[in-house]
Amino acid sequence: MSQYRMQIMVCSGTGCSNLNSEAIFDNLQLEIEAFALENEIQVVRTGCFGLCGLGPVVRVMPGEVIYTRVTPDDAAEIVTEHVLKGRKVERLLHKDPVSRKILSTEPELSPFKKQLRIVLRNCGIIDPENIEEAIAANGYEALAKALTELTPDDAIKIIKDSGLRGRGGGGFPTGLKWEIARNNQAEEKYVVCNADEGDPGAFMDRSVLEGDPHAVLEAMAICGYCIGAGKGLIYIRAEYPLAVARLKTAISQAREYGLLGNNIMGTGFNFDIEIKYGAGAFVCGEETALIHSMEGLRGEPTVKPPFPAESGFRGKPTNVNNVETFACISPVILKGADWFRSIGTEKSKGTKVFALAGKINNVGLVEVPMGTTLREVIFEIGGGIRDGKKFKAAQTGGPSGGCLTEKHLDTPIDFDNLVAAGSMMGSGGLIVMDEDDCMVSVAKFFLEFTVEESCGKCSPCRIGNKRLHELLEHITKGKGTPADLDRLRNMSKVIKDTSLCGLGQSSPNPVLSTLDNFIEEYVSHVTVKKCPAGQCRDLMEYFIIEANCVGCTACARVCPVNAITGVRKEPHVINPEICIKCGACKEKCKFDAIIIH
Amino acid sequence: MKTIKSPEELKRLRNEILGRRHPKGEGTNDKVLIRVHSGTSGLASGANEIFDFITLELEKRNIDAVVIRTGDMGYCFAEPTIEVTLPGKQPVVFGYVDKLKADEIIEKYIKGGGLVEGILPVNYQTIE
Ligand SMILES: Cc1cc2nc3c(=O)[nH]c(=O)nc-3n(C[C@H](O)[C@H](O)[C@H](O)COP(=O)(O)O)c2cc1C
Ligand code: SF4
Ligand code: SF4
Repeated sequence: MSQYRMQIMVCSGTGCSNLNSEAIFDNLQLEIEAFALENEIQVVRTGCFGLCGLGPVVRVMPGEVIYTRVTPDDAAEIVTEHVLKGRKVERLLHKDPVSRKILSTEPELSPFKKQLRIVLRNCGIIDPENIEEAIAANGYEALAKALTELTPDDAIKIIKDSGLRGRGGGGFPTGLKWEIARNNQAEEKYVVCNADEGDPGAFMDRSVLEGDPHAVLEAMAICGYCIGAGKGLIYIRAEYPLAVARLKTAISQAREYGLLGNNIMGTGFNFDIEIKYGAGAFVCGEETALIHSMEGLRGEPTVKPPFPAESGFRGKPTNVNNVETFACISPVILKGADWFRSIGTEKSKGTKVFALAGKINNVGLVEVPMGTTLREVIFEIGGGIRDGKKFKAAQTGGPSGGCLTEKHLDTPIDFDNLVAAGSMMGSGGLIVMDEDDCMVSVAKFFLEFTVEESCGKCSPCRIGNKRLHELLEHITKGKGTPADLDRLRNMSKVIKDTSLCGLGQSSPNPVLSTLDNFIEEYVSHVTVKKCPAGQCRDLMEYFIIEANCVGCTACARVCPVNAITGVRKEPHVINPEICIKCGACKEKCKFDAIIIH
Repeated sequence: MKTIKSPEELKRLRNEILGRRHPKGEGTNDKVLIRVHSGTSGLASGANEIFDFITLELEKRNIDAVVIRTGDMGYCFAEPTIEVTLPGKQPVVFGYVDKLKADEIIEKYIKGGGLVEGILPVNYQTIE
């Protein structure tokens, strides 16, 4: 039905573009025109194929043949051989590095694609407001299987054997958590879904709830069956109106279809779900604070034990899991523990969704098997650093985590490796920093967040973090001394050791991790009072290069504090004592004479 | 809709839905299917406008199609994104869709099967 007999797609994602895919496109186009085939054969640029490691990539349809590591000179051969004679250009096909087998088509190459969608399997595919779309995509099949073919112990065993660990940050084994909740006898128990998602820059839970709410409802029901609970609660921030609306629709449709409520699918199992709203406090993502908030109390953490599994909502055994954790459950039940175990690393199974943000080209969500390296995530899937700048660091674990640097680029990302690298998995935010980012300011940014979000219940966190932030502020203003660096370390340690909840216990991590990885940057701030990244305003000095200055007076006229002096047609000078570093002069100068030190 | 009273009924319903969708067997949708990715990120970049534009234009141009709203795929950098599945073809995702692009997609791809720039190739594997 296509008007074209053949279509050639040239990857113009950032990775391939950097390898001159534009010239490949031009050459293909020229060759096609030379044979006067432009009405039969279409050449078109596309976005990234996710095969950046093999790029530049060219795909020919029909047949879905993929050529890898193509050069502009290969265009002629692709046209004369493939287009005209219908013969694949063998030398451009990818050989499996192990078996040496030639892999030519899209499906054959798919294992080389770095992303694997388990959690996001239905996001963007089904209409989340129509339960029949979810059912068509095997929705509630796992629940049916659990209710009819598995005892709760069987189902828990599958989850345990799968190696699934909680995606909310801590990485606690999910099957074990369910078993503990099951073994705590009580009349009433609760299943809670933690959809608070307070990390700055994180939005994977929101995307799952917006794109595939039934996946979470079904998994909560399975959990209820396993631990013996009849009631589920979803704690979600009111700032997620779309997710809330779609959850509401999903719940009412599930009730209507008899997939929630009494006697689900005629099996005698009862389970219903209610939504509880949070006001969007980071600390309310901590499970004890979350439970208090749902009970109508102040959202403050309490000491564990007792763990929620013993005494949670209304004092009853309560199982709290993260949205993404729940979204893994149905595939595990349907496809089995061995399947899930086959994905990931030794101690971290399955996939993880990351929200890529910061100085990266492809800002958005990606889902990769555990054990994928940071390099693959940033440079292949994420398309690399914006504007061709140099990678400096990536923050994982948000305000509770730390930064990974150049030397961690090839470390497989999983729970344990991140901890060993001085960071943590957290919920999956991944903020990328480039050469222009000052790491002291990065630490200060996260501390600002912590100070804002600390509930204030315990003093190390309430006062300590404030002091930490003040010290960092001091340093970025050029008022720090080398002794301040020891002070930062000592105070961080005390806050970590003495805070009540995870928020305080992890809040100094960004400071410690930047101190470990970028000590020279701190030293430069406190000794020579320079910010190597040129970001700290107070440490900048505007300076006129004599040789470039033509004496046009433009800068002197725009300077709001009259810091610039000079005679017309003579080089001007900036008085650093008066200069307020507003940057107005630099913008005005047409001769690139003004630089920042 | 009547309530599902047994796991068998769930299976039956699923087959019925799939049958309605693919009257001639798996993968044989006879209508054009368009998914407009309408999560927070898609909506923030104008997915609703694109949804309305496409629905209206397809009707005006007499093209029999199903247009649905879905969640986002995670391509925040290229929102709004839409996915078009032509009968008998693999789905194709287009990024950076404004009204101009949407018009081009209808005229060139949906009507003629020609590709337009802005395609985001499937860069992931899925589970079935
Ligand atoms: C300060 C703080 C914030 C937290 N925020 C969240 C959150 O937003 N979402 C979440 O699922 N877990 C969050 N957690 C972790 C929860 O306490 C809990 O461990 C988790 O919900 C358990 O689910 P999982 O086993 O599925 O990971 C947070 C913990 C702390 C200390
Ligand atoms: S550590 Fe901070 S957030 Fe946690 S209880 Fe103490 S004051 Fe509140
Ligand atoms: S604007 Fe530039 S060239 Fe003109 S006087 Fe200032 S520094 Fe010199």
